[in-house]
Amino acid sequence: MSFLRKVWAIFARDIAAELHTREMVSAMLVFSVLALLTFSFALDLRGEMARAAAPGVLWVTVAFAGTLGLSRSLAREQQSGCIDGLLLAPVDRSAIFFGKALGNLAFMTVVELVLLPLFAVLFSAPLLRPGVLLVMALGTLGYGAVGTLLAAIAVNTRAREVMLPILLLPLVVPLLIAAVQATAGLVEAATLAEVGGWLRLLVVYDLVIIAVSVLTFGYVVED
Amino acid sequence: MIETHGLTRYFGPRVALAGIELSVSAGEFVTLLGPNGAGKTTLLRILATLTRPTSGSVRIAGLDPARAGEQVRRKIGFLSHRTLLYDDLTARQNLQFAARMYDLADSDARIDQLLEQVGLTARRNDLVRTLSRGMQQRLSLARAILHRPEVLLLDEPYTGLDPRAAQMLSGLLAQLAGEGCTILLATHDLAHGLEPGQRVLILAHGRLVYDERTDAVTPATLAAVYRVLTEERPL
Repeated sequence: MSFLRKVWAIFARDIAAELHTREMVSAMLVFSVLALLTFSFALDLRGEMARAAAPGVLWVTVAFAGTLGLSRSLAREQQSGCIDGLLLAPVDRSAIFFGKALGNLAFMTVVELVLLPLFAVLFSAPLLRPGVLLVMALGTLGYGAVGTLLAAIAVNTRAREVMLPILLLPLVVPLLIAAVQATAGLVEAATLAEVGGWLRLLVVYDLVIIAVSVLTFGYVVED
Repeated sequence: MIETHGLTRYFGPRVALAGIELSVSAGEFVTLLGPNGAGKTTLLRILATLTRPTSGSVRIAGLDPARAGEQVRRKIGFLSHRTLLYDDLTARQNLQFAARMYDLADSDARIDQLLEQVGLTARRNDLVRTLSRGMQQRLSLARAILHRPEVLLLDEPYTGLDPRAAQMLSGLLAQLAGEGCTILLATHDLAHGLEPGQRVLILAHGRLVYDERTDAVTPATLAAVYRVLTEERPL
């Protein structure tokens, strides 16, 4: 219970800080909407072309917007050495990982909740389906988890803003492929069983990444 | 209370600590002097479980931080030259967050008591970023001792403090020492270094080069020894 209370305390602190500054979610939202508008001008959004492009454009936008938020999340802890304050607490380092990852997931979810209806309208794609929401949840979980781990590595490097996307994007390729393929199938009215292979890949990816993060986060955040 | 044997830390090819042998008894107040870059911060960070040693061993209250990190951290308070405070939270919220991380049962009463002790009761609901450097440092000290640690590690605690705040800090440290807290204070400032402790150490180039009781050395002698051992003029 103590472990969960500390995870919750870290999560609640991140939410309180974001409610106070609104800098992370607003930056992610503005970026997402601008990317969406740019894609809508750049692509021919009439008929089948739009439906075919929607899953890829959606996930690229989510991935890039997520990177913005993730780099800010750990950079905030570096200010005034707050990350040391967390590391001094008598708790397993994995509690810090879970607290930070939960916060990042919450921020990404807020952005996606705004983004999905906009995508559905602009791309004429039925994205507001339970199956698509399940894929979004699984994809966001994996992306947020691996992003939190890599943001903790990147924040200690000199070129932290540049380093995170360079580290993150190659590692999320399997996740993005699975998420795009599953979303595309569901948009074309496939059943969950028909995209089951991609869903299983997402689940396995999430489990592996969370396990690796729990095992390595302590080494990553200590000097 | 604190024991290190052959403690060594490399940062790439650079040696930050070279085989430190240190023993601090329970309730002892030890001042660690040394110029910038001597390895003081690295030593304190290793003792605080924030940095891993390259080789050697550490025991805090008989516990190995590598195996019993959580138990060791419960016994340690750490005051860094950085505040470890969240700018976007109030003074009180910062202490409440720390209390939750330490599972403190009587947190509200303890927080009020500490805010009173460090003279920040009137500013308890102000955001940390609106507090002066001295106030932030006092709040950092309150954060460091919130959970009543047995060992207090202080890294340049007088940095940025005006004379009044420095006096208040010295008073608080004397009180903690009187209550039996083991204190290891690192500073490059001899004026603050000699006054409060019972024992003074000098660290130079990653090695402990001097260890003496403070009542056995005068400020002038210490300054001369410091100059010779560190090849620096004392501040």
